[in-house]
Amino acid sequence: MSDHNYTPKSKVGQWFNDRLPLLTLANHLTDYPTPKNLNYWWTFGGILTFCLITQIVTGLTLAMHYIAHADMAFESVEHIMRDVNYGWLIRYIHANGASMFFLAVYIHIFRSLFYGSYKSPREIIWILGIIIYLLMMAAAFMGYVLPWGQMSFWGATVITNLFSAIPLVGEGIVTWLWGGYSVDNPTLTRFFTLHYLIPFLILGLVVLHIWALHVPGNNNPVGIDIKKPSKDTVPFHPYIVIKDGFALLMFMIVFAFFVFYAPNILGHADNYIEANPMVTPAHIVPEWYLLPFYAILRSVPDKLLGVVAMLSAILILAVLPWLDTSKIRSAVFRPLYKQFYWILVADVLILGYVGAMPAEGLYLLIARVATAYYFLHFLVILPVLGFKEKTLPVPLSITEPVLGGSPNLAAARNKESKIE
Amino acid sequence: MKSLFKLFSIIIIIIASNSYSFAAEKVEYLKTDWSFKGLFGKFDRASLQRGYQVYTEVCASCHSMKYLSYRNLAERGGPEFSEAQAKAIAASFDVTDGPNSDGEMFTRPGKLSDKFVMPYDNVKAAQAANGGAYPPDMSVLVKARGGGVDYIYSLLQGYEEAPSKVSLDDGVYYNKYMYGNKIRMAAPLSDGLVEYGDGTNATVEQMSKDVTTFLMWSAEPHLEARHKMGFKAIVYLIILTILVYFSMKKIWSRVESEV
Repeated sequence: MSDHNYTPKSKVGQWFNDRLPLLTLANHLTDYPTPKNLNYWWTFGGILTFCLITQIVTGLTLAMHYIAHADMAFESVEHIMRDVNYGWLIRYIHANGASMFFLAVYIHIFRSLFYGSYKSPREIIWILGIIIYLLMMAAAFMGYVLPWGQMSFWGATVITNLFSAIPLVGEGIVTWLWGGYSVDNPTLTRFFTLHYLIPFLILGLVVLHIWALHVPGNNNPVGIDIKKPSKDTVPFHPYIVIKDGFALLMFMIVFAFFVFYAPNILGHADNYIEANPMVTPAHIVPEWYLLPFYAILRSVPDKLLGVVAMLSAILILAVLPWLDTSKIRSAVFRPLYKQFYWILVADVLILGYVGAMPAEGLYLLIARVATAYYFLHFLVILPVLGFKEKTLPVPLSITEPVLGGSPNLAAARNKESKIE
Repeated sequence: MKSLFKLFSIIIIIIASNSYSFAAEKVEYLKTDWSFKGLFGKFDRASLQRGYQVYTEVCASCHSMKYLSYRNLAERGGPEFSEAQAKAIAASFDVTDGPNSDGEMFTRPGKLSDKFVMPYDNVKAAQAANGGAYPPDMSVLVKARGGGVDYIYSLLQGYEEAPSKVSLDDGVYYNKYMYGNKIRMAAPLSDGLVEYGDGTNATVEQMSKDVTTFLMWSAEPHLEARHKMGFKAIVYLIILTILVYFSMKKIWSRVESEV
């Protein structure tokens, strides 16, 4: 970590900092040494922070106009869209913001998978991230219920019914979750309450996530430990701040395109039909970002085992640091892992695709193969690969590849020993 | 790079093979040139006004539009009737109000602030009058259908004689664009059904286009404002991005590293 013996220049600053070391914290954050070879895949942490804050701010505004009641929720959303000043803008930012949030989080997670950022000593950062991801899914699911459209209602019915798969107490739990014998007003009000709560839990976990990150420091594309302070790092401000800012602006252009020109393209048309417990939609599908897990759920013929498979698919990520036995972090130096990585990416995309299709015939078969492969990747391929794979030589410092220095290992070693 | 290419080819093959296998079942919707599509898309004011006429003279006898108020008809970005016109339109409807000081409900002419008067008192009444089928509320209908405007536009023109193998019950009609091809609404439009004030020839095609435009506006009353603001926002973001890019290059030039 950076130098903590910081003393503010002004007397007032010193007085304040002795009592509450906020200025030391600010100094730590600006000086935080960051590997200088981070590529743009590393900018998604900042983008995600932006997404979270955007969702909280727009969500607060929406909550001022939204009415969490089964008879009025749909109408109040239309009221926001029509009569509230710029209500359409705030709602479209919030609705598309959820998709943008997940887009960013998936890139963030897959970046971590590629560069082995979850490995020692960053396991806690990774596990906190998985908890954040779980909470995000809960928040997104409950948020989707709030407009009280057909997909809201039936999505809530399908997902809450999953708990009935638990032996003995399942039915009781579902009734307890619903606050009645079907998804109805009590369900809506509690979902609204939880939807309001969860983002703040996420915010707290994000603080821990960043705190835990600042102990070992960032991983980097080369995936080697760096000595700090050293030539391999740059202070967070201004170098990383401006780079993250640039990436964030690019991201915001994409975001703005969806908000202003295709605000409903990521949603389902049925959600503009008010919830009707008497009419079931032809296909009940979750939002796109939950589709891979929906595919896993449906690919198992048994309800309980399906739920177990779906949950395992997420929770398996939490033990990933111990499933991956390779000592090398970055896929750049793991030729075989790199191949399997891209197969996994394709596998998850295929799962997402079949998750949107009816669970029958060829789609079901594809879903089953893809589900099996998903678990195979984490439970068999990764542990075995760590022992079998012939990795490429790893440079001694990131300055070598950055400066385009000789990839020749002997030369690098030579240099290193001279310095020492 | 190579693996990325492989990945994309896999995805493209999957998507392509899928759309191919479904091509036979899917009907192509009729297309027309919607003025409100695209970066600068705006509503055709005259078409919106004609569309309102079709709605109120034809659709409104069964379909409600409960989220719209008469004042919306005079607002910017909509049909933009003059306020006097909108007031006259509102006043032509009877609105039940009350209770008054005697505790009685009473009927009065509509005002700008009133919501569109519904053709039926409730869903049950609507179903009873339509052979059990509920004519859906039209406020957000365009957004509530997968095909959007193209679907509605096609559906209105999609009535045909049923193929011989399809048997229809009483009060059910054949429409080639309807999901399942069976619809409980009789063909609502016929040539010359309404008489347009501006002399436009009221063909089924023209009326379909006008009323669909009107429905698009009713579902997205702020579409024009959205397009306008979107263009400004994106231009602003692009300029800022360029400026930040050069600042970044300058700052990073102090380090022997590429960004």
